[in-house]
Amino acid sequence: MSKVSITLQNTDDGRQIVDAIVSDNPAAEVSRMPALTKIDCEGRLCLKRETIEERLGRSFDLQELQLSLISLAGNVDEDDDSFTLAWEAGPATKNA
Amino acid sequence: MNAMPPLQKQRKLSLKERYAHLTRDLGWETTYQPMDKVFPYVAYEGIKIHDWDAWEDPFRLTMDAYWKYQAEKERKLYAVIESFAQNNGHLNITDARYVNALKLFLTGVSPLEYSAHRGYAHVGRHFVGAGPRIACQMQAIDELRHAQTQIHTMSHYNKFFDGLHDARHMHDRVWYLSVPKSFFEDACTAGPFEFLTAISFSFEYVLTNLLFVPFMSGAAYNGDMATVTFGFSAQSDEARHMTLGLEIIKFMLEQDEGNVPIVQRWIDKWFWRGYRLLSLVSMMMDYMLPKRIMSWAESWEMYFEQAGDALFEDLSRYGIRKPKYHEVAAKEKHRLSHEVWSIFYNYTQAAAFHTWLPSEEEMTWLSAKYPDTFDKYYRPRFKAWSEMAAEGKRFYNQTLPQLCTTCQIPMGFTEPDDPTTICFRSAEYKGERYHFCSDGCKDIFCHEPEKYVQSWLPVHQIYMGNCGGAEVKDVLAWYHLNFGVDNFDYEGSPDQKLWDEWQAQKAANPV
Repeated sequence: MSKVSITLQNTDDGRQIVDAIVSDNPAAEVSRMPALTKIDCEGRLCLKRETIEERLGRSFDLQELQLSLISLAGNVDEDDDSFTLAWEAGPATKNA
Repeated sequence: MNAMPPLQKQRKLSLKERYAHLTRDLGWETTYQPMDKVFPYVAYEGIKIHDWDAWEDPFRLTMDAYWKYQAEKERKLYAVIESFAQNNGHLNITDARYVNALKLFLTGVSPLEYSAHRGYAHVGRHFVGAGPRIACQMQAIDELRHAQTQIHTMSHYNKFFDGLHDARHMHDRVWYLSVPKSFFEDACTAGPFEFLTAISFSFEYVLTNLLFVPFMSGAAYNGDMATVTFGFSAQSDEARHMTLGLEIIKFMLEQDEGNVPIVQRWIDKWFWRGYRLLSLVSMMMDYMLPKRIMSWAESWEMYFEQAGDALFEDLSRYGIRKPKYHEVAAKEKHRLSHEVWSIFYNYTQAAAFHTWLPSEEEMTWLSAKYPDTFDKYYRPRFKAWSEMAAEGKRFYNQTLPQLCTTCQIPMGFTEPDDPTTICFRSAEYKGERYHFCSDGCKDIFCHEPEKYVQSWLPVHQIYMGNCGGAEVKDVLAWYHLNFGVDNFDYEGSPDQKLWDEWQAQKAANPV
């Protein structure tokens, strides 16, 4: 497997989003640098709207991520409730 | 089957539904003119698309959401820009040498944002499917925003520092700026699918992290609040662009097996073109940030070797392999920034920013980051140059350099397996001999010689008399560079004089 990755700004919202990601994805590794935080996770990483809302104490549209995001790695899938990054098995996948 | 429950008045559409409505009824089969006349560029590259609707933006961004969030980003950015200006933020940077990285950014990178705006507006018009057209339209607007906000942010530094006064003009004329300029013109003159592979995939997805993530973090570390804010404001769009890059590659690969070898060749070409362009960034990171976050080699390992391994592992299911010559980039990572900084030290008399030799403390950092190369190859070189300067014989290279016909960088790179020998390659085409810095650049030329024989090589142009005259001073005037002000070493520059005055003032009036 390979790692997916997301990098967020060290802003008020960004910090809460990082906390939400870490609580939903226990395998996530967090690296903090000046002005930004990079999170790497084996295979898959999922951001849940509900967890972020709990942290922020307000309603949160996942598309608001656009305001805090710096970079990502992995295939993106976004709907109203979750934002997922994954390196998944595709149509022509090799046998393990 | 159970009957569907009656719909609540007007149910709010889900993200997926909103995106589907936006992208599925905007494309139609034309009747007044045949489709191939309306979309003339979509077939000639050999890419076969059977179902344009299979392309989907994973962010599912609709126009209303796009405007809403972009407006919010602008409000945040402009609040910072104003506060930076009102609080004399330029006084809080670590050292005025840092501003030279901004000079290179404004003259080398910001004009590329504008070229990207034009490129995406163009290819967005020429794709048949509504999904990619909308993604390209949004990106075209993003890129225009990046050019504007970068110029606006850095305009504050132009009030105080030299070399920032005419970036657009310099971009079209100055010798080393032909490296980024020709890179983008190469992409914009390709077909629409190659353009997306070049810029969306190879550049945005695979390589731009190296510029916008560690370098911008470095800007923050050096007290440049304004630049880090435009950097991250732009980069938040970049995350969407990266996703477009990955989607377009998968889309081409899934549509037709015949697309695989075409896409692979473009990945090979544009990896190498982009990597050579980023050699300027390697020098910005290792030499131009007074306080450093991570070295070029560490960034390359994090953002290309590790992230690239994951990416190419994922793409291997389509039969795509890692870009050709990635192993050469790995061999070069411990010498790239030192070789490039040396080139600029050689030609400081003709650059629109200042150069310097690293301090003892900086050399200690470089030794620690480059234990196998720095003390062996580069410290002695810097020591010799420093001794020459102390004797009043500062070394200037008086001969114009030979340029690589493909990447247009002076031939200062070394053999992949021998850091002490300059790497020369050449090829003959229609009775003329052309020169290259690497096998990567030579391969690119040999595949499309008719394109690259037209390269506007600054050194050739100077010798042909097309650049204002025969003397350095004439050429610099033609570049709109102020001789003795914008060029030469930082030591002794008006920038340094001004900065030292500010520091003396600060010390005399402790707050």
